[in-house]
Amino acid sequence: MSELSLDRGISFQRIGAMILRYWYLLLSSWPRLLELMYWPILQVITWGFLQSYIAQNAGYFARAGGTLIGAVILWDILFRGQLGFSVSFLEEMWARNLGNLMMSPLKPIEFLLALMAMSIIRLALGVIPMTLLALYVFDFNFYGLGLPAIAFFCNLIFTSWAVGIFVSGLVLRNGLGAESIVWTLMFGLLPLACVYYPVKVLPLWLQPVAWCLPPTYVFEGLRSLLTDHVFRGDLMLWALVINAVLLAASFAAFIALLNSARRHGSLLGGGE
Amino acid sequence: MAQNDASGGALSAADPAGPAAIEAAHLVKQYKQTRAVDNVSFRIARGSITGLLGGNGAGKTTTIAMIMGLVLPTSGRIRVLGHPMPQERAHVLGRMNFESPYVDMPMRLTVRQNLTIFGRLYAVKNLAERIRELSSDLDLDDFLDRPNGKLSAGQKTRVALAKALVNQPELLLLDEPTASLDPDTADWVREHLETYRKTHDATILLASHNMFEVERLCDRVIILKRGRIEEDDSPDGIMARYSRANLEEVFLDVARGRVEVPAS
Repeated sequence: MSELSLDRGISFQRIGAMILRYWYLLLSSWPRLLELMYWPILQVITWGFLQSYIAQNAGYFARAGGTLIGAVILWDILFRGQLGFSVSFLEEMWARNLGNLMMSPLKPIEFLLALMAMSIIRLALGVIPMTLLALYVFDFNFYGLGLPAIAFFCNLIFTSWAVGIFVSGLVLRNGLGAESIVWTLMFGLLPLACVYYPVKVLPLWLQPVAWCLPPTYVFEGLRSLLTDHVFRGDLMLWALVINAVLLAASFAAFIALLNSARRHGSLLGGGE
Repeated sequence: MAQNDASGGALSAADPAGPAAIEAAHLVKQYKQTRAVDNVSFRIARGSITGLLGGNGAGKTTTIAMIMGLVLPTSGRIRVLGHPMPQERAHVLGRMNFESPYVDMPMRLTVRQNLTIFGRLYAVKNLAERIRELSSDLDLDDFLDRPNGKLSAGQKTRVALAKALVNQPELLLLDEPTASLDPDTADWVREHLETYRKTHDATILLASHNMFEVERLCDRVIILKRGRIEEDDSPDGIMARYSRANLEEVFLDVARGRVEVPAS
């Protein structure tokens, strides 16, 4: 039996309808809005005070002002970007609405584009207050990084979407029993992406693995910018290339998992 | 007894003439050790109402899910509104719709918000007007701005029906449309479906456990048992062949294998 293939052409009306669906949901639930801001603010406060303490007691960190707090903000862009994507997808599973969507003219690519848009909206609601807090309480101006901040942001959001697409495919195929992967998978990248320390800290055999991950280039780039005041465009380009490969692979995996879900009848249930 | 089509033409004597809304040929769905649907073929004429009957696990929901493209058949072919499924589902999904107890509408969104979103997904023109029309037809006015999660079972069913009709589908697939409804609301839903079929010349395929509902609504009945077609005829034809006064008695005969019926 033939399976689904990617149809050409997308409808912005349908993408807009899905964004509206999630927007209505956000507005209808203050705990959802609060949760978007709560953890990022808590993170920046914790790490901000730690950085202040270290800066007073260590010369290197004093010179590299903002390394820690900058890494915290970038990590949250990566983590919250993926959560923003995946939680919007999970909302459909929790609401048992996936069957309605899959039976509608909404195409998988349109669904994913709507989830990407929602990840940016949810990210903005969480990270903007976080960066303002970092600016006014800890004197770290994320926006003062200028154009490199845009390069960092784009590369991290691309990685978060790639992970989000893949994880959503897993949940689609395996039901809500796979939900915990949504919350935990990104933490697997935390030590390897060298968020808080340089790649050279890792054992030699592990360093090539770290360099396979786009966020590693971003965090190295951040350290280079803050400590040496040099923007490493080459690192950003490498990250972009790997992200392109990851996004293509995750989309192919999503379609394969969707087809597998159709073969196994998973779309009818979606439960545990 | 109608059979699981030996000819490949997927037609039985009970099929009314006319172009087909659904053509299923030699459908098989195998889940590991379980054969949920076993070489099922049928052809559903446009403008008809067909009932899909069978006990739990007979294959009704799987058959409907394969027609919708939610489940891929292990083998066999399906054409919906002239297009092969699922290869050309993009061409037909906007012309069909469904209601099923296996899905819900988002609970936190109001009825109006839900209908707005599904209306946009189905590219409904003059959507505000269409929602007003549905609200009036299905008596939703009193709770149009209430969250779906705060509605009674009967109200939710009417909202689900409104969603299923938002794009004025040519083909409507209904999985137990009146399950868990009180007799009054169930009767009201049946009446609305009959009216919709007449006014829109729509095709309706419904799976049901309610024999009275099937007798009242359907031009044709397909009875499934263990994934195979046991009967395929008009309700009167089936009742006459079994010498029974109603479909419920026929259903029990088929389910318990009590009566030997000569092949028609």
